[in-house]
Amino acid sequence: MAQTLFEKIWNRHVVQEFDDGTTLLYVDRHLVHEVTSPQAFEGLRLTGRLARKPELTFATMDHNVPTTADRGTILDPVSKAQMDALSTNCEEFGVQLYGLGHDRQGIVHIIGPELGITLPGLTMVCGDSHTSTHGAFGTLAFGIGTSEVEHVLATQTLRQKKPQTFRVTFTGSLSEGATAKDMVLKLIGTIGVAGGTGYVIEYAGDAIRDLSMEGRMTVCNMTIEAGARAGMIAPDEKTFDFIAQIDRPFAPKGEALERAVANWQTLPTEDGAEFHRELEVDASQIAPQVTWGTNPGMVTDVTGKIPDPQDVPGCNPNDVQKALEYMGLEVGKAITDLSVDTVFIGSCTNARMEDLRRAAKVLDGRKVSDSVRLLVVPGSADIRREAEDEGLDKIFTGAGGEWRFAGCSMCLGMNPDQLKPRERCASTSNRNFEGRQGKGGRTHLVSPEMAAAAAIEGHFVDIRDWMKE
Amino acid sequence: MDPFQNFRGVIAPLDRSNIDTDQIIPKQFLKSVKRTGFGESLFFDWRYLADSNPDPDFVLCHDPFQHAEILVVGNNFGCGSSREHAVWAVLQFGFKCVIAPARGNGHDRVPGFADIFSNNSVKNGLLTIELSEAEVNSIFETVAGSPGAEASVDLASQTVTIHGTSDRVLSFEIDGASKETLLKGLDEIALTLQSEAEIAAFEQNHETYLP
Repeated sequence: MAQTLFEKIWNRHVVQEFDDGTTLLYVDRHLVHEVTSPQAFEGLRLTGRLARKPELTFATMDHNVPTTADRGTILDPVSKAQMDALSTNCEEFGVQLYGLGHDRQGIVHIIGPELGITLPGLTMVCGDSHTSTHGAFGTLAFGIGTSEVEHVLATQTLRQKKPQTFRVTFTGSLSEGATAKDMVLKLIGTIGVAGGTGYVIEYAGDAIRDLSMEGRMTVCNMTIEAGARAGMIAPDEKTFDFIAQIDRPFAPKGEALERAVANWQTLPTEDGAEFHRELEVDASQIAPQVTWGTNPGMVTDVTGKIPDPQDVPGCNPNDVQKALEYMGLEVGKAITDLSVDTVFIGSCTNARMEDLRRAAKVLDGRKVSDSVRLLVVPGSADIRREAEDEGLDKIFTGAGGEWRFAGCSMCLGMNPDQLKPRERCASTSNRNFEGRQGKGGRTHLVSPEMAAAAAIEGHFVDIRDWMKE
Repeated sequence: MDPFQNFRGVIAPLDRSNIDTDQIIPKQFLKSVKRTGFGESLFFDWRYLADSNPDPDFVLCHDPFQHAEILVVGNNFGCGSSREHAVWAVLQFGFKCVIAPARGNGHDRVPGFADIFSNNSVKNGLLTIELSEAEVNSIFETVAGSPGAEASVDLASQTVTIHGTSDRVLSFEIDGASKETLLKGLDEIALTLQSEAEIAAFEQNHETYLP
């Protein structure tokens, strides 16, 4: 029977199937960061267990790290204790750590692919919901809780119920001004924040094939915001070219790579394979998206208006009312009339070279509005160097923005980069939840070019208008 | 993990959908390296005013809900971040069970709970119960009419009994694996380590592409 990409990878990793319907699944790669791992290592210690295959686990520090030049000194003692705990745990259990100060440090979902840890056909997990990012390589990758982190460390497996499959086909081509971010926001707005629950989503279609690896990572990254733990894209020549680049220490090389590629070419979903659910989206009709509410499904075209709570399909009017109150928004106001105080370009969703290049293109030769603070935070130390080699840092600082060091930064306020109460932010991150970027902060999710344009004008603009000029 | 015990407790209503784990336990509390001490910070931004005093308008800040053991919420509870701290906070407040409604059918079905939150719950002994929207609405009505209303939860028979002038018995579904884990308080890692021979055999023939 014809198989899907997901089924092929799942079947290759079944260690044991149990009568209760669960499967013991082998885990090929385990990523770890400082926030969701300390209790897992402590659990091993308390039970006298060892890490079974420490060479398959890789750690970094990203959530707590400051992004300013003086970040070698961590002022918050609680953050410092958590980072120190990761260093101690990695040393004790034999896990490789890309900590603060390491020249390959970065956001966990950005350094995985950069280091060649992320490869097609593998299973990959991390105590972080945005692990779905790695599915862009044709990897089965999903977020887990801390108990499962401990389970993976101890056994290199996970006990799982097999999810169902859902194919989303983006037909046609994106129009100018629309990006991978807009594709995934449009999808979440269409199926809702729980629309993917219980499924693994495979993305297909011409508009997906046309995306760079960076764009594919953006789409897979936000799959969890639709409730699906994993998003996947079949590997192709773009995937193999990305992996073959020279600075990927954990990727196969030479003949080993050729053998691997031959294997990976057998992964794509076969003609006639069946999915539990299918959806087609016409990519050519996707406009730049802006979220207005307090979850990523509360989203509209940039040409849209703040909706009436009674008129939001799939949402409880009371929930919409609460969201509008939190966001400080009036019904009927045009999105382009919303002014912003802060613009954040960064996060595991949009802090890769392509994202920075797109933002820089908009900012080049322009000035950030006097009323706006612009933060540009590269996803990794590698990206920071590459951007500086291209002179992008000069464009950001020349426009009046701040150019920072790698970390999760303002995507979630676990480090010094935070919004103040009632501050409104155009953000390239992934979650507009209440308080996510700082207590009382108001987040609008957008693409890097939309964020850059908002920084210049001090309010949202339809980036497509600038492209006509 | 302790086996799940049947119990009778006060129901606390929190009628919002898509309550994400950032609301259940905000980011600043994730810096702890411990598994304990999260109960006081449950729903922190909703529960406390700017001056750190409890917000009297928030349900869990006043009697009889301060001692509630059953939390009833809107659908897709626990969406967003994978932080297990959310489950620890719910348990450490004193809840033993969360009830949420599933809405719609087929592709339009919206579940009561997000996937990762459900998984994390089972591993910590927190029972998540999905009921129909009508059933959950009836619980909200009962509690609105009689704050402090109680319910009894029986996992073995898969029932929730809402106590009132006349008791209402509601049945719920749960997958066999989760039910057994909860009832026996199983240590999943110890269980998997019994498959050591199978894991070792699998590794013999498995390519992980590590140089």
